[in-house]
Formats: sequence, C-alpha cells, structure tokens
Amino acid sequence: MKIEDILKERILILDGAMGTMIQRYKLEEADFRGEILKDHQHPLKGNNDLLSLTRPDIIKDIHREYFEAGSDIIETNTFGSTSVAQADYHLEHLVYEINYQSAKIAKEVAAEFTAREPNKPRFVAGSMGPTTKLASMSPDVNNPGYRAITFDQLVVAFKEQAKGLLDGGVDLLLPETITDTLNVKAALFAIQELFEERGTTVPVMISGTITDASGRILSGQTAEAFLISVSHVPLLSIGFNCAMGASALRPYLKELSDKAPFFISAYPNAGLPNEFGQYDQTANEMAAEVEDYLKEGLINILGGCCGSTPDHIRRIAEIAKKYSPRRINSEVLL
Amino acid sequence: MSNKPLKLSGLESVVITPSSNFVNIGERTNVTGSAKFLKLIKEDKFDEALEVALDQVRGGAQVIDVNMDEGMLDSQAAMVRFLNLMAAEPEIARVPVMIDSSKWEVIEAGLKCLQGKGIVNSISMKAGEEEFVRQAKLVRRYGAAVVVMAFDEQGQADTFERRISICKRAYDILVNDVKFPPQDIIFDPNIFPVATGIDEHRNYALDFFRAAKWIRENLPHAHVSGGVSNVSFSFRGNQKVREAMHAAFLYHGIQHGMDMGIVNPTMLEVYDEIDKELLERVEDVLLNRRDDSTERLLEFAETVKGSAKKKEADDSWRKGTVQERITHALVKGIIDFIDRDTEEARQNYEKPLEVIEGPLMDGMNVVGDLFGSGKMFLPQVVKSARVMKKAVAYLEPYLQEEKIKSGQVGKPAAKILMATVKGDVHDIGKNIVGVVLACNNYDVVDLGVMVPADKILEAARREKVDIIGLSGLITPSLDEMVYVAKEMQREKFDLPLLIGGATTSRIHTAVKIDPVYDGPVVYVLDASRSVPVASELISETSRKIFKSKTKEEYQKLRVDHENRRELKNYIPLAEARKNKTAINWDAFVPVKPAFYGKKVLLNYPLEELRNYIDWTPFFQTWMLAGRYPGILKDAVVGVEAQKLYNDAQQMLDTIIKDKSLQANGVVAFYRANRTSKEDVKLYSKEGDDTPFATLHFLRQQNKKAQNLPNFSLADFIAPIDSGKDDCIGMFAVTAGIGLEKLVEKFKAAHDDYSEIMAKALADRLAEAFAECLHERVRKEFWGYNKEENLANDQLIAEKYQGIRPAPGYPACPDHTEKRTIFEILEAEKEAGIKLTESCAMYPAAAVSGYYFSNPESKYFGLGKIEKDQVEDYAERKGMKVEEVEKWLSPNLSYDTL
Repeated sequence: MKIEDILKERILILDGAMGTMIQRYKLEEADFRGEILKDHQHPLKGNNDLLSLTRPDIIKDIHREYFEAGSDIIETNTFGSTSVAQADYHLEHLVYEINYQSAKIAKEVAAEFTAREPNKPRFVAGSMGPTTKLASMSPDVNNPGYRAITFDQLVVAFKEQAKGLLDGGVDLLLPETITDTLNVKAALFAIQELFEERGTTVPVMISGTITDASGRILSGQTAEAFLISVSHVPLLSIGFNCAMGASALRPYLKELSDKAPFFISAYPNAGLPNEFGQYDQTANEMAAEVEDYLKEGLINILGGCCGSTPDHIRRIAEIAKKYSPRRINSEVLL
Repeated sequence: MSNKPLKLSGLESVVITPSSNFVNIGERTNVTGSAKFLKLIKEDKFDEALEVALDQVRGGAQVIDVNMDEGMLDSQAAMVRFLNLMAAEPEIARVPVMIDSSKWEVIEAGLKCLQGKGIVNSISMKAGEEEFVRQAKLVRRYGAAVVVMAFDEQGQADTFERRISICKRAYDILVNDVKFPPQDIIFDPNIFPVATGIDEHRNYALDFFRAAKWIRENLPHAHVSGGVSNVSFSFRGNQKVREAMHAAFLYHGIQHGMDMGIVNPTMLEVYDEIDKELLERVEDVLLNRRDDSTERLLEFAETVKGSAKKKEADDSWRKGTVQERITHALVKGIIDFIDRDTEEARQNYEKPLEVIEGPLMDGMNVVGDLFGSGKMFLPQVVKSARVMKKAVAYLEPYLQEEKIKSGQVGKPAAKILMATVKGDVHDIGKNIVGVVLACNNYDVVDLGVMVPADKILEAARREKVDIIGLSGLITPSLDEMVYVAKEMQREKFDLPLLIGGATTSRIHTAVKIDPVYDGPVVYVLDASRSVPVASELISETSRKIFKSKTKEEYQKLRVDHENRRELKNYIPLAEARKNKTAINWDAFVPVKPAFYGKKVLLNYPLEELRNYIDWTPFFQTWMLAGRYPGILKDAVVGVEAQKLYNDAQQMLDTIIKDKSLQANGVVAFYRANRTSKEDVKLYSKEGDDTPFATLHFLRQQNKKAQNLPNFSLADFIAPIDSGKDDCIGMFAVTAGIGLEKLVEKFKAAHDDYSEIMAKALADRLAEAFAECLHERVRKEFWGYNKEENLANDQLIAEKYQGIRPAPGYPACPDHTEKRTIFEILEAEKEAGIKLTESCAMYPAAAVSGYYFSNPESKYFGLGKIEKDQVEDYAERKGMKVEEVEKWLSPNLSYDTL
C-alpha cells in the first residue's frame, strides 16, 4: 500500500530522538571507532551517525524500540552524514558508506516488523540534516556579504548523501531541521537531479525549524514564506520540528495547515530544556500538548524530536489513534 | 476562472491574486536604467548601492529588480555580491527579488543566492526552443517564477500580432511540455519608446495594451509586466513629462490587464494630478489619437522644461492666531518670533503661568504626539525644546513678579531627577532624554555627570521629585547603579527608578538592579520610550499595575536567564590556552617602529581630523537610523538628516575657526613579548631584558567549533621564547579640551540643540583623531604598512592591517588596564586626559587603546569567562578576586554573591 493512501486514512507516527537514546548506552571513544577507525587521527566520540558502521547493533535496537512503541516511520541515523558536517571529524570519505549502511539496517528492522504485522507496513525515511553551514547568512558580522558555503557545494554534498540513502533502500527522503531555506533548496535541487538521473523517485518530506517566538526560521523567513519557497517540488509533506515544545509550535503548524497543498508533519521537542540542558517533559505532558493539534485536525504525521523517547512515542501513538488525519485543502493548490 | 495566485517570497510572503492591486517592481537597482546605481557599483560602493534598494522598499516596491548587465562590470560577481548583501538587510530581504539579466549564467548565479521564491527576468525563445526549455526547467528547479520576453528566433515582437503569437507559443511549451505552473509565468510584451518621430513607432504603446488584454483573456493565470520607463525614452531630462507619461501608461496598461511593472515607486505621478493639458497630449501619443500628437507633446515639453518652480520662504503662517503661530513655531523649531508671540499671548491671559499651561503646552503636546507617532525626529524635537525654553525664559520675570504678588505658584508639573552616575562622564543620551521629557511637560532636575549616590538621594528629597532616572555608558556604571538602588532601598525610598544608557540592558536591570530595590525599577531603551514609561509611573492609579507588571516581567527574565546560563559550554582555562591563535613565529619578521618611547601631539589640526569623521554614529546619537551618506537621501529621515548634517558642518566650521576645541594625544611604542599566560611584558630599550611594565589580557573560554581558536589579544604578540623582538603601541587622544567652556555658552542660551551637537561633534572628532593617528602609525610612526592608500570609507570599514582595541571594549573588557596605559603615557600630564575612579576618561570625548600590527590580529568579543580564569587573572594583576569580579561582572559565566 502506498504511503500517500495510508496518510489519507490515518495519522502516521514518526520516531523520537536518536541522540537521547544513544546517550543511554554511555558509549566511549572506542565504541565510536570500532575496528575500522581504530587508527583514525582525530577524536570521534559524539559522531553518532558513525555508530551505524561501528555499533549497528545499538542503532538497530533503537529503531526496534521505536517500532515497538508504535512508529510507522523511522528515520535513518544520518542527520549529520554529509561531507560538510563530517568534515569536523575528517570522515568525508565515509559519507556514502554511512548513509548506505544506515539505510540498510533501518530497512532490515522495518522489514522484520512489516512481516510480523503486514497490515501496518513500516517505512524508513532518510534523514538529511541542514549541515553545519548556512548558505544565505554570513557567519562574520563584519562581512555580511560573505558565505561560508555555496549552493553548488551544498548540492554536491546532499547529492552524495541522498545517493547513499536511496541505494540503501529508504522509502522516503526527509531534509529536516531546516534553519536556512537556501540550504534546503539545494537539497531539493540535488534530490531532483538524482531522481532525474535514476529515473525513479521516492516521496519527499521536509521539516523546518522555527527558532523562537518571532515565528521565523533562523534565516529570517516566516512560515508562509518558507512554504512558498519550497513549493516548486511536489512534496509528500511539510512541517516543523525541533527548537520548541509542542504548544509553542501550534500557531505555525496551523498556518501551514491552512495554506499547504501537502500533508503536514510535526515532531516537536519534549518541551524546553531545563537548566542542565535536559528535557524533562513527561510522555503524558507532551502527548497532552500534541493532542491540541489533533483536536484541530492540523496533522498527518506526528513524532518527537530532542528529548523524546519510546515512552513519548507510545503515548502519542495511543492518542493519535483517536483522531482522524487532516484533509488537504484542495482549494489552496499552488 | 479558478483562483491560482502567483506566490512569491523574500523573508515574507507576497501573494498576487486577481484582486491584488498593481505590483510595483522597484527599478532603481539596475545599472542599465540608473546612472547613479551604475556609478556606485563601478566605484565599489556597495553600501550606498544597498541604500538605493532600501529606498525602493520604503518607497513601496513589492519586488526589487536587480540588474548588473554592463560591459565594464563582472556582472556575475556583482550580482552575487549584491544579492548576498541584500540578504543581510532584513528590511530589504523582506521582499522577493527579480533577477534581471540577459545572460543566463548571471541569472543562474543569482538564483543560487535566493532563499525565497524570486522571479527570473527574463528568458525567451531568442536562441530557439531547446535552450528555452532547458532554461525554463532550471528556473523551475531553483524554485522561481519567470518573465518571458516576447522574443523569438526572428527577433523582438513589435506588432500586436507578433506579440500574441510568440506569447501563445511560449505559454503552450511552458505549460504543456515543461509543466511550468501557468500562474508563475509573467509575459513582458515589450514596452518601446513612443513619440520618437518615426512613423512605425506610433502604435507601440497601443499594441502593448492590446497584447496585454489578449494575454490576460487567452492565456489563463499568466501575468503581464514591463519596464515602464522605456516608453518615455525620447524625453530624457524632462522629468515632468516623463512622470506624466509613466503614470498615464500605467493607467491604461492596468486597464488592459497589466498587473505588474518595473517602475520607480518613489517617483510616480498620480494620474489624477497630471496637468490636464499635459495629460491630453500624453494620451494622444500613447493611444495614437492624432497625426500630430508627437509634435504637440514636444511643443508642450518645451514649455515645462526648466520651469520648475523655485520655493520661496513661506511666511504665511504669521497670519494665523497666536495659538496657531506658537504651535507652528514649536513644531518647526522657529525661534525668530517666539518672544513676540509669547508677549502677545501673555497679554491675553490673566497670569503668565497660564501662557505656559495654555498655548505653550498645547503646542508642545502637538510636538509630543508627532514624535510619539514617528512623524517628527529627535533633532526636530530638540529644536522645539529650544523654542519652548526661550518662551519660558521670556516669561520668567513675569512669573517671579506674580509669585511675589500672590505668594504661590500653580500646580507643579511632575518632577524627574536625572543623573549620570559616579565615575561616569557621558551625558549626551541623558540630555536627550531630559529634553524629550521636558517637551512632554515634565520638570527635569538634571544633576549632571559623576553624581554620587548620596547626592542623588539628597537632591531627590530636597526637590521632592517623582521619579529618579540614572544613566551611564561604561560597564562600571552598571555596578554603581546597583549601588544607588541598594541605597534607595536602605533609605526606604519608594520612588520609581529608571535605568538607561549604552551599557544598560533589560536583562541587567532585571537580574541585578530590580531584585535589590522594592520600588518600581524600569529599563528605558531610548528617549522615545521615556515618556510613556514616565506617564505610567506618575499616575497613582496606573503606577501600581505598571509596577507589578514590570516586576513580574523581570522575575520571568531572571528565571529565563538562570536557565539559559547553564546551557553555554565553557572549557577550562588550561585547555583554552592550548587552543590559542596559531601563528608561525619562526617565519615572523618584526617591524621596528620609527621610535621607542612616546610622542606627544598637541593642538592637532581639527581641519585635518574632520576628514576622518565617521558620520554614521553621529546620526545614531540623534536617533536617526541609517548609514551615512545614504541616510541623507533616506525617504523617511533624509530631510532631517540633511539639515542636521548641515548644522553639524556649520558648527564644525565655527569650532575650527574659533579654535574652541583642542585635540591632544600621546602615542608610544615599546618592545614587547608575551609570557606563557596572557601577559605582555614591556621593555624600555633595546637589549634590556628587565620588563618595566606588564599588560594583562584575557582569553575566550567558550567551546569553539573545529579550527577556531580561543582568542586572546596576547596571542598577537611574539612569545618570549620565540627570541623575536616584538613591539606594541599605545595611545590616548582627546578632542574635548575646551568643550566645557563651549557648552556653557549654549547652556546659558537655553540651547540644548547646540549643546548636544557640540558634544556629539567632540566625540566624533576624538574618534576621527584615533582613526587618523592609527593611519599615521601604520604608515609612518610604526611604518609596517608604508604603502597603504585607503579612502575614508575603507578606513571606517577597517580594511587595513592591525587593530587598535580599547580597554573596556569586547576584546579586553577590563577598564582598569587603562590605568597602566595612562601611567605609561602620562596622558594626564601630556594631553590633559584624566581617569575617573571608574576608569572613564575625562573629557568624555576621548579614546585610548593599544596598537597591534601582526597581520593575524583581529577584533573579537571575549564573551563569558570562568572562575578559573578570574582567579588566574587576579593573581597576575595582583588584585583581589572579588575586585576583578566587580570590574568584569558582565563577562562572568557565573553569579557572584
């Protein structure tokens, strides 16, 4: 069954945070290096994406936990797997491999669950983070015209990542946590080029990040301007994730829901971080906040970002069952 | 027809529906259409070129057209640079961009800079269908809308039939083959010049109108646009006729379905206001209504050429009632007749006080309202205050007489005490707030500068004030304000306390001042905020609500602050030291200065310094936002900015002629090496290895991204073990000698405007002195860059090698290091600059700092530091930890008790 059709019938559940779960394993430098990188010249601890190669057992376990909690879609462990972000670890040469293996192990776990429960097919979305550099803002206040990265460089990096993910078998691509619309336009450009070259496509979801109460993404765009800037691509869904708790995100989701001809996704943080940088919103508290979206019929795809765990997802999945999905407003066709 | 709007975006969205009005596309950022813009780009003045874009947005452009097609330019590089700069100005970046070029590679480079959905202008079938399709596909992939020119393999369409057949063909290809959304297609059916004298051109405008109508009726959802100023090309130089032609062309174009156009939105005549005779002749041409239409328009054009009316001084306001005249004089700041009018008013009233409470206050209320609603600007308000003060001074003897007669005065206005706190000498901002408050009927008691807490409290009691306002510019003043607040608490005051000045902030007020005083404490961002805040606090009824609201707000800020603080990542000092700026000292060749020791510059020629003035901060002082020189042409504040600038030039002329200000400075160089910590040792002469003084610096301690060092200024000096004889410079300059005497004169004349002006100019001259001296240091005194040749705007943009950081500023925030500099330079004895106990320089118009010449040296912000560094620094300086914490309080990553 195609995901587009399922989305018309029920709300689909994404997974929760990967980083929060990895922290629970209290991994050391050696875990990150594994055999293949034991002689690497630079420290690798904290490079979570690398674990897909060096500790695939852990990543698969985390994927399993989320599927067990009720996720329909899980994200690959590839948020930082572009040559731009991996340059911090001097691992540019492993980018394709990390994406390919991450997709492959996620698909293996998904297949287990689909086999077990064929009426609830499980999907894998290839996570594509924003990289570490912005294409439309200068990092140097004294030189506002300067750019740390160009559109062309981003296209090359995203294309390499998307290729690894597609070869590894992902069902969807998900450029996410978008802080600069020009970065995601480069990602979309790369994806479309790749689709044209391969002659096949997969559905594309995208998710932006509203930085603060100004209601804008970091590069300054309002929710509607963001929507307009990416609507040249036939997206499966558009939405917001990260940065804020569920309640704070609601008005911007409402705006997208009113204006977008695509499905709407939301995966907020588990509240705001406390003074130690940790998230202590409970599963019930978070679920109560997202229930407001559901009551208003704003959402098609729901999950969690920073601080959310399988407990949060389980509770969100339970509540989502009670509500019907948002209907795309056919009047707002772009 | 169903509704398929054209949606565009910059930082914000623009949705163009059939019911939208005509969309203005700003045309002045186009090198082919604007000689001025071309000149700015050619001369590399991109900052000023940006002002042109800003002007267009403020003038109402909903989209900005950018065109860099000029033979002498690297069009692609200029396009990318300009678009990137535009993206950094939120007010401009708000609107979508139209990338205008006849070269595809320029268009494509531009598309790679736009985060929003812009418009490509243009593509066409000039080079055949295949290329057209390729470009259209890419435009779509980059996510833009497109302008299609009526142009094909045969050339540009100039008849109605050619226009519609080309547009139809292009539309079918785009919609059916490329799957381009029809609402994202904008046709440009070519606007050509009319009234050229050539018969074939007679129908150009009419055919455009007909084609526009046909497109809108036959090509669903597509739009029609065009470059309007082309139509009047034959009338270059005759702005009046051109504007009339543009307005009339647009009027008819819009009637025929043209829904977008490239125009200069700041220069559009209103159709209804066009001279009737001119309009008739223009329309004869556009609609080709008469055989002799061209001749008739040319004839008319001759009569309006050069006949622009000269404006004469308008004295008609003198005919109004006395109230009207007083209000006019106050709003316009005209001082010439105020004594006469005040006398006339006095004779109409029983008591002189009623003149103040009546016509004068009524007039000032008008000023207050206009300022409050952004229709008057600060320099104008200050001039109004000058008029008011003069009127009150005129009434003063009568008021005294009345007081003796009746033994009482009327209901006093609310009183506000203002003071710059102890240790601080900066008062321009405080004076401006005082003037604005006085304009709003507050009685301002100004205690001046360097006022200790006990004096403030004593004066508050004696004068029975209603509000206390504290001001300060340097960091130690923050602590002094906390102290004043504590004293107010101890002495059981409950008066509202207002906090303002450059280093103050809402967060500091909330975290440090508000908790120590139970009365209302309010941070006031600028002069315009002072009036609403004061009025809330004066009224007994609103004061309570306002107080609890503010207290609550600050409580919340404190909690947020507490939470946020924990999130920052810091590293231990030892680790930060390991990550110092990497400089290859082996390859380093130090440059010896022309002299070691100091050099004193007395009475430095002001006429030379004025060329080095950076005017932008001058306008900031007056609360006029914008960069010089663009600000002089600004649509909103341009006129006032220009007046202010003229007044400043005039006062500078007088100051220079009368020698009423004096500029003195000291500069010195010493051999220097850094230790393994952040200390720099100074040696007196060559070969001498015993240091005679030590400079202490600090190091950034926040966790850095890969490859970024934890900077310290000390990094830019060669270490002792390098064996290289490095050097450091120091300077202190002032342009404020004589300022006090100059200002006395203005004070006596109740002339706040000139007083603030004089102080602001002295500040600018001191900064200019620092800039000028730095240039001489690079080229002559230290001479490490003898070949340098930079214009003033390049100097302001710091395009040279080396830096001159000043203690108390972000790279080295410890003000007490000034004491070392001043001791070494003997700045008080040599140049007449003193340090207060808070290390503020007096005269306030002064600058001091260090010179670093290393090519790697750069400005940075220290940010927050940890306790380990504070302890280490205290030990190095021989100061108590608590004392260091006091001086560096804004830079501590932790709270002190």
